[in-house]
Parts: sequence; C-alpha cells; structure tokens
Amino acid sequence: MPNTPQTSGIADHRLAPSAYADNFSDLHAPLSDHEALVAADRCYFCHDAPCMDACPTSIDIPLFIRQISTGTAEAAAKTIFEQNILGGMCARVCPTETLCEEVCVRETAEGDPVDIGQLQRYATDRLMAKGQHPFVRAADTGKTVAVVGAGPAGLACAHRLAMNGHAVTMFDARAKGGGLNEFGIAAYKSTGGYAQSEVDWLLSIGGIEVKYDSPLGGPITIDGLKADFDAVFLGIGLGGVNALRAEGEDKANVLDAVDFIAELRQASDLGTVPVGRHVVVIGGGMTAVDAAVQSKLLGADEVTMVYRRGKERMSASEFEQELATSKGVRIIYNAAPVKVTGNGAAQAVEFAYTQDVNGKLENTGETFTVTADQVFKAIGQTLDGAPDGLALEGGKIKVDESGQTSDPAIWAGGDCASGGDDLTVTAVAEGRDAAEAINNKLTAEG
Amino acid sequence: MADLTSNFIGIKSPNPFWLASAPPTDKEYNVRRAFEAGWGGVVWKTLGEEGPPVVNVNGPRYGAIYGGDRKLIGLNNIELITDRPLQQNLQEIKAVKRDYPDRAVIVSLMVPCEEHAWKAILPVVEATGADGIELNFGCPHGMAERGMGSAVGQVPEYIEMVTRWCKQNTRMPVIVKLTPNITDIRLPAEAAKRGGADAVSLINTINSITSVNLDTFSPEPSIGGWGAHGGYCGPAVKPIALNMVAEIARNSETSGLPISGIGGVSTWRDAAEFMTLGAGNVQVCTAAMTYGFKVVQEMISGLSQYMDERGITSTSEIVGRAVPNAKDWQDLNLNYIAKAKIDQDLCIKCGRCFAACEDTSHQAITMSDDRVFEVQNDECVACNLCALVCPVENCISLDAQEPGTIDERTGNIVEAEYANWTTHPNNPSGAMCNIMPDND
Repeated sequence: MPNTPQTSGIADHRLAPSAYADNFSDLHAPLSDHEALVAADRCYFCHDAPCMDACPTSIDIPLFIRQISTGTAEAAAKTIFEQNILGGMCARVCPTETLCEEVCVRETAEGDPVDIGQLQRYATDRLMAKGQHPFVRAADTGKTVAVVGAGPAGLACAHRLAMNGHAVTMFDARAKGGGLNEFGIAAYKSTGGYAQSEVDWLLSIGGIEVKYDSPLGGPITIDGLKADFDAVFLGIGLGGVNALRAEGEDKANVLDAVDFIAELRQASDLGTVPVGRHVVVIGGGMTAVDAAVQSKLLGADEVTMVYRRGKERMSASEFEQELATSKGVRIIYNAAPVKVTGNGAAQAVEFAYTQDVNGKLENTGETFTVTADQVFKAIGQTLDGAPDGLALEGGKIKVDESGQTSDPAIWAGGDCASGGDDLTVTAVAEGRDAAEAINNKLTAEG
Repeated sequence: MADLTSNFIGIKSPNPFWLASAPPTDKEYNVRRAFEAGWGGVVWKTLGEEGPPVVNVNGPRYGAIYGGDRKLIGLNNIELITDRPLQQNLQEIKAVKRDYPDRAVIVSLMVPCEEHAWKAILPVVEATGADGIELNFGCPHGMAERGMGSAVGQVPEYIEMVTRWCKQNTRMPVIVKLTPNITDIRLPAEAAKRGGADAVSLINTINSITSVNLDTFSPEPSIGGWGAHGGYCGPAVKPIALNMVAEIARNSETSGLPISGIGGVSTWRDAAEFMTLGAGNVQVCTAAMTYGFKVVQEMISGLSQYMDERGITSTSEIVGRAVPNAKDWQDLNLNYIAKAKIDQDLCIKCGRCFAACEDTSHQAITMSDDRVFEVQNDECVACNLCALVCPVENCISLDAQEPGTIDERTGNIVEAEYANWTTHPNNPSGAMCNIMPDND
C-alpha cells in the first residue's frame, strides 16, 4: 500500500508523483507581457522614491518600471543589475512586503502597492533569457582578490571586483555556488535551477575563477590568502545552528531545519525526501516557515510551528505567516520547548507557555505536548569557522561601513558580518560595497 | 429624473446625445442597436452621389494613442464616406426612421462641389423622412484630395455657396460640419451662417499621424509599409473642440447660431461642458467605438443627476451658461491671487508635485527628510502644475486669497478691484494692446 499523509512515522512518497510538481511550482507565477504592462502602469514615478530608499541595494525602481512600460525590459534589467547583480534572485526571495512594496505610495493610497518584485523578475528574466550579460570587464588591473564564500555576498563582491578589472578567485566549501540561494531557500521560491543559472550568468563577465569544495580551514588558511592575494573578502555566512537547550534534543529525528531545506533543494525527485506524519518546527523566522511549509507540501499530515514569543515579534513577515497558515501549518505563539520525549527517536515535544515579564521571557508553568515524529530546529544560525584574530560584534565579524574588518586586508559581508538584516538583498549590497572599497584601496595603491 | 428632451433647430430627440456620422452609423443594423441602447439620434454616415461606391483601404483604417492602462485617448482613421450603394443606404434610413419616429435621423452628405450634384441628392434624402442633413465639409483624408470634405471646409466661399444651394433645394434643416484644420474657426462658421445654415457642427477630425513603426519606419496605421494622414478624434481632441465651439459662441457674427458639439465627448460631463459653451446638443463617436453603444446610458443618467441636483428642468437651460465667462486672456483679472495648498492628510508622499515645481516651475514646494511637501507661498505663482500632476484627487487645491491679505510672493496687498492687462502699468500700449501691431 502506498504511503499517505497518514502513514505513521517518517516516510517518503506520501503524495502522488504529480502532486510534488504542483506543490513546489513557482510561488508567484511570472508576469506575462500584458500583466507586466498593467502592473508597470500603476507606478507613479515618485520623486526620490520611497521604494528606492527601502531597497538595501537602492535599485532605481521608478526608472526600471518606466523602462518596462515603454517596452524596454532589457534596459530595465540593466538598471536593476547596476545596483544588484543578483536582482533576479532578489526578485524571487526578497520580503518585498517589508521593503520596497511596504513603502510604495500606492500602499499608502490604496493598500495595494505596485508589484515591484514581480516586475523586477519580469525584467531580469527577459534579459537573462537572451543570454546577455549587460556589463563588460574593465582592463585587467593586475590585482588579485580572494573571495571566500560563493553566496550572495561573495558573488556580488566578486562580480563588482571583476567588473573593475581585478582578478578574483572564489573559494566555496560546497560543490556548488549560490550559497543560501542554492541551499537555503524554499524550493517554490526559486524553481527550475534558477540559482545555478544565475551563478553561471553572473560569472560570464569573466575574470572570476571559482574553487568549489574549498572550505576555509583545511589547506586554505586566512594567512595563506592574505599572502597570495592583494585583498580578501569573507562571505562565509552562518555555518552553525543554535541549540534548543531543551532536554531530549539529541534524540533521533530532531534535525536542523537548514539541513532539511538544503536536502530538499538538492533532491531531483522530491518524493524521495522523507517527512514525518507529525512535524514540529521550532522557531519564528523565514527558515522556520520554509521548513514548515515544505513539510506540509511534502505530505506531512500535521505541521505545527511553535514560536516562543508573540506574533508581532516573529521575524517571518506577515505574508510568510499567512503563506504558512494557508498551506495548513498551525502556528502556536508564546511557547518554548521544555523537552523532546520518545524512546530513542522523537515522539512528542513538550512546550511551556511563555509570557513577557518586563522584557524577560518567562514560562508560565503551564505546559502542553505536541505529537512529533520529526522535529526541526530553526532558532537561528551562528557564525562558525571565522578566522581567529578578527574582532567580533554581536557574534558576527565586526565590519565598518565599507565592510572592512579589524584586519585592514580583510573585508566581510553578508550574514557573517555585523550590521544589516540577514537577507539576500542585504548581503548583495554589502558584497558590492565591500568590492567598491577594495577597488578604491587597490586603485589608490597603484 | 430630469427631462432630457432636446429640440435642436426644430429636430426633437429624447436626449441630446447623437451618434456622429462615422462607422457606428453606417448601416441600419448598427443604428437600430444604437437606438435600442438609448441614443437620442444619429447622423447617418456620409452618403456620396449615385454611382460606383467609394472604396476603402483593405488594411488597417485606425490608429490610436493610449493613456494609462491602455485607455484609448486618441483615435485616428483613414476610412472614407460610406462604401455602400446609395440606394441601399436610403432604403435603410427610411426603414429606421419609420420604426423610430421619436429619434433624430440626420443624413450626412458629401457630393462634388457642383449645384446639380446637390440638387440630385437632396430630394432622395428628403424622401426617406430624415429629419435633416449635415454637410460634411470636414473629412480631412481621401475625399479632400477629390475636392470634397475639408477641401470645401477650408474655403469659406465654398461653404457659403454649397450651404445656399442646399437651403434653396430642400426644406430639411441644414447643419454644416466644420473642419478644425484651419487657422480661425470663426470664418467658416460665419460663411455657413451667410449661406443660411440652420446650425454648424464641430469639430470634424484633425489631420494626424498617430505613430510610426520603428522597425519598418512606416507611419501608422500602416498599409503595407506606407501610411497617410488620417482624422484624429477621441478624448485627446476635446480641449481643441471646446475652444472652437466657444469661439463660435462668443463671436458676435455667429452668436446664437446653433451648434452641435463634437470632439472627444466620452461622458455626461464632457457633454455638459460642450453644452455650457454653446452647443445645443452633442455628437459622439469614439466613446461608442471604444466601449460600445451602452455608454449612452451613463451619459443619460449622469446628465439627469446633474440637472436634478441643480433644479434644472430643461437641457436648454445649460446651453451657453459658460459662454459669458469665456474671455480673452487680456480680460482676466490680474488681481486674482491664488496659492497652492497641499492637504497633508490626503498626500501619499509621491513627490511628483515637488519634482514638477522644483525642476520645471518656481521652486515653491519644499520637501523634508521625512517626505512632507509644503508650498512656499512666497514663491508660489499658483500655476496649478502641482495640482495637475498629483495622482490623488483634491489633494492639492488652488485657494484664492482674500482681498486685504498680503501676497507673500510680491509683498503686495490683494486688491478687491478687478484689473486686467489692458490697464496694467507694465503694458507698453496700455488700453491699445488689444489691437494687433502691423507686421511691416
């Protein structure tokens, strides 16, 4: 008998084969030409537009939308890529509802912002579909830069350095580039191998050599990089995962949500990814939502997301929370895990209700139990494997406004660096700006 | 509901909304649908003389320009007068008029500029029972090259002559349709009046090329790679038409000459505006061609509501109401001082007013770091641009200053007395400025 959502324990193939394609198709279908023109038509071409200010990469949104509306999507794409070379991915994964679209004046006027994210995707898709790269590398400067981490920050940094004529060598611990774009995002946000095609397209500017399976640590040391290159950029992300600090955390099937998300993204057949009948996700961020929603889409019977604070404190946006509940995820607020129970493997999680007492979270003493044969921990990631000797701030590599670390030869950006939200678009901005700072320094050195 | 009954030069119709002579009125089938939808009258698409019908191009006849959301705001056509046999049209006109005796049926005519040609067609049209004729002196393409249409309308003497022939050879009321493709609309209107016209109708379409295909470099509409100018109409031409209607209504030579207003009438509001500037009724084409005949229902309900709200019982009470207020620039009161005012509660902070004023006007709007936009009265000349570019209705208004207050821009006290340019101290010719200087 084939598996169903009600099959006990952890099982694969809970759904009919065709269901996976439906469940994991594009969250937002791309705009057709007509839809794009209608959407573009709503932009007021604001002066010093609020959406531009809200974009961490400061894309000239009114300009690119006007370019779409006049039938020049390729020019629109170039406007986007000048500020954000990963504008295609950002169009898919940005929480636009808390960035550009939140401040759109049409949100103020009608509660319905211009569909900026989708228009950005429309433009970038058009240009990339033509296989064109809109930038040309400057003449070779003879300078070399090492970029560690081929995620959004590293890619943005490498691209801008290459554009400026420097020779870049990228090192990444994994066998593929893209970082969290490839391994850390819900599958329905980036379909059709988009992350890899974007990396290939980005690298087509030339001047960037990528060494995969090359983690910092082993043979590649920070001192070695400093000796071999004129500058070093670190975009190593957050490799560690916070512990639950709850009893029974070590039981089988208590897993890191990031690993689940990565496994799912790399699966060629989603039916082969096993998922519990009763899944509990602990955490309140995007990773928690991605894990919870995808568990449900894989056919889990009951998925419960538990967050220790109130709804208003949840870092997953309102849109993400609604997405989760619309897919059938149950969200419990104000509850913290006490212990995972089960004989060897998880069978349930006991939670205590919490309350905020003068800014301090305390258990109320009341507890409840949620059945769980699979538990995903999504309570934040931590910096792991940062080179010794670099000053830290708030658990991250301390950087100044230009991205420079306490070592003047090393820059850092993205999730591993202090400052800014842990968003793809923020990482791109930081990588780009560090590249400009590195370029200034290398150019000044002559 | 207000009584919209219209009596235009003795032609009665249940409302003042007629369909203009154009494709929507080319045949019985369409006209019956129009009457069923509620149109008060039609001007049947222009008939030519007996003989082989005209031929049209077999490619696109129309071109368009768009406003936001692909809203059609300007339409151009290169279609000619009816390409159906005269006898067929006459039979259909007779049948329609018989079945809709309460509706106005006017027949548009265009035959060569020879008296015998007009003498030949007038009796056969009269025999249909039609309520009147409209002389098409306006069509700017195709027929003009054959000495008809606007080729006649551009020569006042021809207008007068043909109008007189018609008046002498038919008992039907004669409406003369004017072309806007001239420099002074008053001259053809005066000629029509001299010829005995019962009314003029205007405007006909404006010479135009709507677009150029940037791949083929053909003007559009493109007939196999070539384009010819056509006649432009639709909402975009309304301001031109309103001015021309007002010019005729204000002109002492033509004052009182009934006018059928045409040109971009799309809503009841447009219709009412034409009527206030002197039009006894209106003719509509592009709105119907864009949305179908049903648009007349909004025109009927809207005009009714407007009249009811103001206690107006007859459309004739609207006609000409704005004419006394339509002046020359030199008559305008220079002591009228206004200032732009931004309603901060309605402002959505798009900043278009700031961009417009800062870049292209008088730097009279400031922008704070938190996007509060404020008018600086000491710089504001009340040009109105900010209010016009604002996407929110009524967010920016132009408020008049009370007499006795200070105009912060000039430091002068706002005077209560009317004073115009003719008496202004800066006027080098003083009271004589309304006389054009000789150019020799």
